[in-house]
Amino acid sequence: MSSTKNTLLIGTRKGLVIYKKTSSDWKYAGESFDGIPVSYATASPDNKIWWACQDHGHWGCKLHISRDQGANWEEVDAPKYAEDDEIRDGLPATLKYLWVLQPHVNGDADHVLIGTEPGGLFESKNTGKNFELVRGLWDHPSRKEQWFGGGRDYAGIHSIIVDKDNHDHRYVGISCAGVFETWDGGQQWEPKNKGLRADFLPDPASEVGQDPHLLVAHPINQKVMWQQNHCGIFRSIDGANHWDDISEPNGVANFGFVITLDEKDENTAWVVPAVSDEKRLAIDRALVVCRTRDGGKSWEKLTNGLPQKACYDIVYRHGMDITGDTLVFGTTTGNIYLSDNQGDNWTSLNHNLPMIYSVRFI
Amino acid sequence: MPVVKFTYALKRFYPGLKEVNIKASTVADIVKKLDDIYPRMSSYIIDEQGALRKHVNIFIGNSIIEDKISLADKVSEHDEVYIMQALSGG
Repeated sequence: MSSTKNTLLIGTRKGLVIYKKTSSDWKYAGESFDGIPVSYATASPDNKIWWACQDHGHWGCKLHISRDQGANWEEVDAPKYAEDDEIRDGLPATLKYLWVLQPHVNGDADHVLIGTEPGGLFESKNTGKNFELVRGLWDHPSRKEQWFGGGRDYAGIHSIIVDKDNHDHRYVGISCAGVFETWDGGQQWEPKNKGLRADFLPDPASEVGQDPHLLVAHPINQKVMWQQNHCGIFRSIDGANHWDDISEPNGVANFGFVITLDEKDENTAWVVPAVSDEKRLAIDRALVVCRTRDGGKSWEKLTNGLPQKACYDIVYRHGMDITGDTLVFGTTTGNIYLSDNQGDNWTSLNHNLPMIYSVRFI
Repeated sequence: MPVVKFTYALKRFYPGLKEVNIKASTVADIVKKLDDIYPRMSSYIIDEQGALRKHVNIFIGNSIIEDKISLADKVSEHDEVYIMQALSGG
């Protein structure tokens, strides 16, 4: 299988970096927003609209779109919390971070969802001209008391999945709250966390308060869902009704942030493990990708071409992507590695980028 | 009318930026009315609840404003108001 997408958007601490595939290689193709952190960047499936979420240190979170493949960008209003929205009683809600943007909801190029810290999901049906808070989730009775921050100060929605056959059926992944599901386009939500384990809670089996670092669904069979969780790797084959722990017993495939799925085979996935939460380092200071081809029953280490000593790279939750057989990941220390054979061999595209928050093939 | 002057850092987002006179009685009024001249500028200065962003400073003359939550500081006819970027980051 050959690679099907030929542009790579890399959201970094110092701007958006773009690579393009030439006939033989991936080449640096420029940047946008120099010096401004880009937390997430992606494009509509037809590649006509690019989106860039910014986390500007001084001036707040900003949202930009481009209709000419990045040649020009236009600022649109970022989501806003209303005057009486509160994180907790007495604590006004303000936009802290744009975690993820899901383009092309309902098959409509103008319809997008954005997951934010402090826990609001926002929807726009007019290409960002205005966003509305998805009240059904924000008003969920568990939110004020049982959602909390993981890694950042407040709960954040970092994963959004829209059912390709029923667009009103959606999931979100929230750190820390867990997986939530709606069947009515966002009015009613239910936690879907049975089988997960939150070792950091008094009740590890709590239905709310789980920490999925990233939630993904197989693009063909979306009932097969995976998550790299704070407490291991989990898989569901029934649309998140139940989760199975598929972490590697006594192995390295346990803690991490990212998980990426094969586009065809629902049993194949990749993770980039790290030393668990108290350190957050590359395991034994070596960079390793782990792959399963049997739904998590077994994991193999993939290290060809990756540094195996004096390495401090870890990979954030949106830091890996796939197109065809081509995998790419970007690290916290600014390295980009690419494999054209499903991870068997890796080559570096760049060792000198800023900290990388997201990579997306478009 | 008070005159409003800006940090050079905002020129990146508003290339034609120059000082402006705005009829207003409070700093909050000024920030709100800036949007009429420079669209979305208030969102660069305050959050959606009206509080001054953490890494932005506003001075009236040589004094930093006192109310960073609702920007209720009064301004008078001959005041100079400075919107500045805090020295932070890396």
